[in-house]
Amino acid sequence: MKLNHAAVSGTEDSGDVFVEIAPGTGTLEVDLTSKVIRQYGRSIRQAVGETLDRLHVTDAHVVVKDKGAVDHTIRARVATAVFRAADQKDNLPWGDL
Amino acid sequence: MSNKNRLRRTLMFLNAQRANLVRDGYIYRPDSVIFDLEDAVALSEKDSARVALYHVLQYVDYHGVERLVRINGTDTPFWQEDIRAIVAGGCDGIRIPKCETAADVEKVDEAVTKAEQEFGQPAGSTLLFAGIESPLGVHNALELATSSERMTGISIGAGDFKGSMHAHYREDGAELYGARYALVMAARIAGVQCYDTVYTCVKDFEGLKKETQLIYDMGFDGKSVIYPRQVPVIHSVFTPTAKEIEKAEAIVTQLGSQASEGIGVFVIGGDMVDVAMLEGAKRTLMLAKAAGVYKGAVQL
Amino acid sequence: MKNSLGIDIPDEVLAAGDEVYQGAFAKHHMIYQKAAPKTQAVIDPNQSKVLPDLKDAIRACGLKDGMTVSFHHHLRDGDYVVSMVMAAIAELGIKDITICATSLGSAHDSLVPLIEQGVITGISSSGLRGKIGKAISEGKLKNVARIRCHGGRMAAIASGRVHIDVAFIGAPTCDDYGNASGQGGISDCGVLSYGQIDAKYADHVVIVTDTMVPFPNLPASISCSDVDYIVKVDKIGDSDKIASHTLRMTENPRDLLLAENAAIIMKYAPYFKDGFSFQTGGGGPSLAVTRFLRPMLEEKGIKAGFTVGGCTRPMLELLQDGYLGAIMDAQDFDLASVESVHKTPGHYEISTSEYADPFNKGSYVNRLDYVFLGALEVDTDYNVNVITGADGVVRGAPGGHVDTAAGAKCTVVMAPLVRKGRLPSVRDKVLTVTTPGETVDVVVTEMGYAVNPKRQDLLEALADCPLHRYTIEELRDEAVALAGKQDEIEFTDQVVALVEYRDGTIIDVVRKVK
Repeated sequence: MKLNHAAVSGTEDSGDVFVEIAPGTGTLEVDLTSKVIRQYGRSIRQAVGETLDRLHVTDAHVVVKDKGAVDHTIRARVATAVFRAADQKDNLPWGDL
Repeated sequence: MSNKNRLRRTLMFLNAQRANLVRDGYIYRPDSVIFDLEDAVALSEKDSARVALYHVLQYVDYHGVERLVRINGTDTPFWQEDIRAIVAGGCDGIRIPKCETAADVEKVDEAVTKAEQEFGQPAGSTLLFAGIESPLGVHNALELATSSERMTGISIGAGDFKGSMHAHYREDGAELYGARYALVMAARIAGVQCYDTVYTCVKDFEGLKKETQLIYDMGFDGKSVIYPRQVPVIHSVFTPTAKEIEKAEAIVTQLGSQASEGIGVFVIGGDMVDVAMLEGAKRTLMLAKAAGVYKGAVQL
Repeated sequence: MKNSLGIDIPDEVLAAGDEVYQGAFAKHHMIYQKAAPKTQAVIDPNQSKVLPDLKDAIRACGLKDGMTVSFHHHLRDGDYVVSMVMAAIAELGIKDITICATSLGSAHDSLVPLIEQGVITGISSSGLRGKIGKAISEGKLKNVARIRCHGGRMAAIASGRVHIDVAFIGAPTCDDYGNASGQGGISDCGVLSYGQIDAKYADHVVIVTDTMVPFPNLPASISCSDVDYIVKVDKIGDSDKIASHTLRMTENPRDLLLAENAAIIMKYAPYFKDGFSFQTGGGGPSLAVTRFLRPMLEEKGIKAGFTVGGCTRPMLELLQDGYLGAIMDAQDFDLASVESVHKTPGHYEISTSEYADPFNKGSYVNRLDYVFLGALEVDTDYNVNVITGADGVVRGAPGGHVDTAAGAKCTVVMAPLVRKGRLPSVRDKVLTVTTPGETVDVVVTEMGYAVNPKRQDLLEALADCPLHRYTIEELRDEAVALAGKQDEIEFTDQVVALVEYRDGTIIDVVRKVK
């Protein structure tokens, strides 16, 4: 997917994650903060990476402010940010997620 | 694949946008949850709630709790993508808000069929539920209850309905009596279930119990829930007493043995019993079993 | 050296006389010589005990480098006494002090610089919350800290493993001869249960009060015959933070579900008979259990006999309304409890030794039928961690957890499967063992419960319980399914604190986080 502009999704409520995505400068960069970074940092990066991969996003700057979101919530918030940045509202590729 | 006749004593609304709640909403053990994409979700977050819900449906084991979704109304720009997302996710059923005529249901049915095909879900596996919230909807209850093969249950949403009727809240529920009666009647004729409206005074458990007792006695199959602590209260009303269980068990076993001896009518505990009571007795035992209070041997 | 739980306690941190944990009742019937203070005869009636300020008292007690001082935490987050006394000690140039506290927390942040400067080189306490816990986890304290539960502190003092040189006892009221009480002043805390013990065993006893009252200040928790000096200060504490005005009763549906599940276990376990005893915690789901008690008592037509330990208003209401026979109070959590002790019939003050000391001839915890406890983590051996957070930093307190678990017939640990955010409560191994699994009987979560396989009797008795029953391994799997598998925190080899079991043996250690 091609990102047209920056977009955000999610919240900073406990159990959620705030994601900000913007078109990149050539690569994929993920900026992660989390209270459980020691225990789940690796797993969060994996969830973010896989979601971007499935949506064919290779060039983006992603800021992830995690407040203890579980895996599927992270994937959902990243996907939402991507769809918003790509201005795609309908006919989403549900089967790919 | 969801069973059309499964127990739905409680249908608990969950805001699909609230990550913390939807990840384990099953802990409150309602019979069904209704993930809400409609009234609970702000316009600017409809897309986000949809994506979040897709992921919950796909990735979370809801421990046997039925997963229904209230989509946005067919008069909004959201309902079609809602259907694609939740059918792709594998939801068990869809509650359509503001149903008034069969056409409202038919267009959803069509979209669901298409989505089942698109995403490889078993044809017919997604059930439909009609949310009735207006005088016209109540008037057309039977039409709605028979509008689709998928139709599983109809429900009354009192908030909007009362407003349209120019009616006022009464503690005895008289202002809703006609609507409730019409729904139960239509449900029984059509052979589908019916569910009562939410009780909005969330801390008033006495009031909830009273209202639930009223609709249970009227024949409703269940009630919508907006606060988790309402679940055990409603379940307790739908749980037969020991006396009722004893009688029901006697009816089921004795009807069986009496019938094999050619006897159709007899007496249990001073009351006349005949085969017309069999279904009711079986229902009593089923409710008792679901509540975990029936340990007897009768197979249902 | 490995203890009986298989946890390795490095030999180099074991002090002379330290033993490793060998089982909850390993020291039952142990014979020992009870410690006694080195004290003085005060015969001349013309001596005044009231001194102008804390420094005078410290000097009069002959406090020197390397000595041990003690404090209680009846004033909880509103306490000023510890900081005032330690500041005075520092100003006098005394250093290398060991603090034997009952608990330390957010009121004691001022101690951290004193730790860094070497004024304080040793600490034993139940709670090590806030900045103190962090400082200890970072290895700032010169000597390894000792974490002791309430009963364990009493046993350590009574057996002489800990010798208190000077006890500083904050008291809301005191007369000029030393009769000290927890009521009647401007910073009331209700009881002085912890202080009662320190007053009997310390070489020197100083009462710190903000309200002098006429002699004799009876009934008194501390007797004048055990007191050396009295110092009056402006305020011993912030009354808003001593006892909560009213403990917040949770409205969170998840907490209420937990509490309801725990109450259902109580009902179906075989001890739910007329005159039964129970204890709950002061917060969250544990406190909320009392909410579900009344209808259960009415349904069965029984009354509860007594509670032991921390007192809360819901317990008080049960007492006043005739559903509870007596409250054995060792700590007051809210204003209603502070005001009620000694005044409401059936509401008694007991010392912390009577409450939970494993080395006396029988403490009240041994008479408990039920105790409802929280947990940071519990593992598949039913061991509980209430000390280290998921980040490995010391932040909690064993308090009465360890003692009540050992004494109660049915110990129920309540925890949500996944804590706030994303931390599983049920794990293969807890970070720090505080309460050993052999004393834990039931684990209750939102989904249902698990029974320690050692309690076949309870498993049978709970056969009719309508809650879903799981094995502890299944609960762990549920927690992992929800939160995902976590990576382990890494620690260095440096031990920063020893966790003592209530009999003084070492049950676990806390290491510095990498």
